[in-house]
Amino acid sequence: MKKVKFTFPTDLIKEPLIYLLSQKFKLITNIRRADVRPDVGWVVLEIEGTDEEIELGLDWIGSQGVRVDPVGGDIIEG
Amino acid sequence: MANVVCLRCRECKREFPVEPGNVCDFCFGPLEVVYDYSAIKKIISREKIEAGPFNLWRYQDLLPVDAANAIDINAGFTPLIRSKGLAEYLGLKELYIKNDSVNPSYSFKDRVVAVASTKAIEFGFDTLACASTGNLACSVAAHAARAGVKSFVFIPHDLEKEKVVGAAVYGPTLIAVRGSYDDVNRVCSEVADQHHWAFVNINMRPFYSEGSKTLGYEVVEQLGWRIPDHAVVPAASGSLFVKIWKGLHELNQLDLAGDVKTKMHLVQAEGCSPIVQAYQSGVTHVKPTKPNTVAKSLGIGNPADGFYSLQVMKNSKGSAVSAPEDEIAEGMKLLAQTEGIFTETAGGVVISGLRKLVRDGRIKPDDCTVVYITGNGYKTHQVVEDVVNPIEIAPSIDAFEEALATRVGV
Ligand SMILES: Cc1ncc(COP(=O)(O)O)c(C=O)c1O
Ligand SMILES: [Zn+2]
Repeated sequence: MKKVKFTFPTDLIKEPLIYLLSQKFKLITNIRRADVRPDVGWVVLEIEGTDEEIELGLDWIGSQGVRVDPVGGDIIEG
Repeated sequence: MANVVCLRCRECKREFPVEPGNVCDFCFGPLEVVYDYSAIKKIISREKIEAGPFNLWRYQDLLPVDAANAIDINAGFTPLIRSKGLAEYLGLKELYIKNDSVNPSYSFKDRVVAVASTKAIEFGFDTLACASTGNLACSVAAHAARAGVKSFVFIPHDLEKEKVVGAAVYGPTLIAVRGSYDDVNRVCSEVADQHHWAFVNINMRPFYSEGSKTLGYEVVEQLGWRIPDHAVVPAASGSLFVKIWKGLHELNQLDLAGDVKTKMHLVQAEGCSPIVQAYQSGVTHVKPTKPNTVAKSLGIGNPADGFYSLQVMKNSKGSAVSAPEDEIAEGMKLLAQTEGIFTETAGGVVISGLRKLVRDGRIKPDDCTVVYITGNGYKTHQVVEDVVNPIEIAPSIDAFEEALATRVGV
């Protein structure tokens, strides 16, 4: 189980990437909060699956151009 | 402590018991401490605060911990200085500098870590942890030493030696993560999930961030319980910015200060300015960026409080400005040479931002303005190393007099 935030650039907003994520990998996605605008969109979701499958899935969606962050923003502080 | 009611989700408003954790189970929104202000109102007064210790615990009634067992290295109650040289240079009549660079571990992070570490010990944790580019690392390691508990401090592997030493000296376990900035973030979020440690800015975050409110209280008290017209604040996650505003409102709500008319101005370095960019393009959400700035302490590309910072700007009629990278060192030198205060890059960012706000007419000459200097220059001295240009002479008075005439022109 992992909580993540996806940020979609403008050109990917119309792509069904979260659907594809759960099709290509053995993962269950559960969207908790989202805000999608014409220029940018973000989705906060929970992903269920094995650790390896989650890692593969996140690597894949990252390679599609989606930014993957921990929920709650960057952790490293000044 | 008795004054805390619960934690509440800032998004869906669901309430949770006071426990470690930073996001709502339901919507994953951030959690915030909720106080019983009517109970606080009965026990708080200006006189009581003024009679308190000369550190942030003078505001203990407004902090979510039991101050009797505080992990106390004497954070807070730092000087508020009426500016002369810088004010004159900028044409301002009433400029104040909140010099928070003189905290025990030399940054404002001692305020947040004082609260987070006290709460962590209260919860029964035996290990403090954080991921940091320097300031937070120093403060967490120092507080852990004081508390007599272990600490794990995660840093990027290429962090400057000066900063690493400032944390390592307190005896934490230092973990240098080989990888990009994003890698460090990812690893630490996983570590936080796996280990039962108090990560001050993750599972302690609701308590941690409350420490920043004291930078609002203190300035008002030091101004003689007056609310300033402007606050100029550096931002990374935006938490400090949001909490200063919250602090001002709490004072007003408790009848300790008048109406909050403060315009809140947020400053970031150009090389990492996601909040400023959102402000400038008039959107309500922040687009994450990759930090690339000399002001490493402000290098957060995906700020947790970006959205709330934009709200504060809107509600306070404030603004956001960015400091060009090449003006940051200049800002550090300007503050040092006009006021005798040596700040780190974050302070250089603030001074550059202040200059822009004055130039653009957002801050008027008669306004009461407070700038927040949050970190110490000794942590980033390599940025201003070019000031070192001594006049070398032979050991004789003649050589000195000659140098005086030819090189100094006296
Ligand atoms: C010196 C200094 N000033 C300001 C900040 C900004 O803090 P925040 O993340 O609350 O915006 C930080 C750390 O992140 C810092 O180290
Ligand atoms: Zn919620």
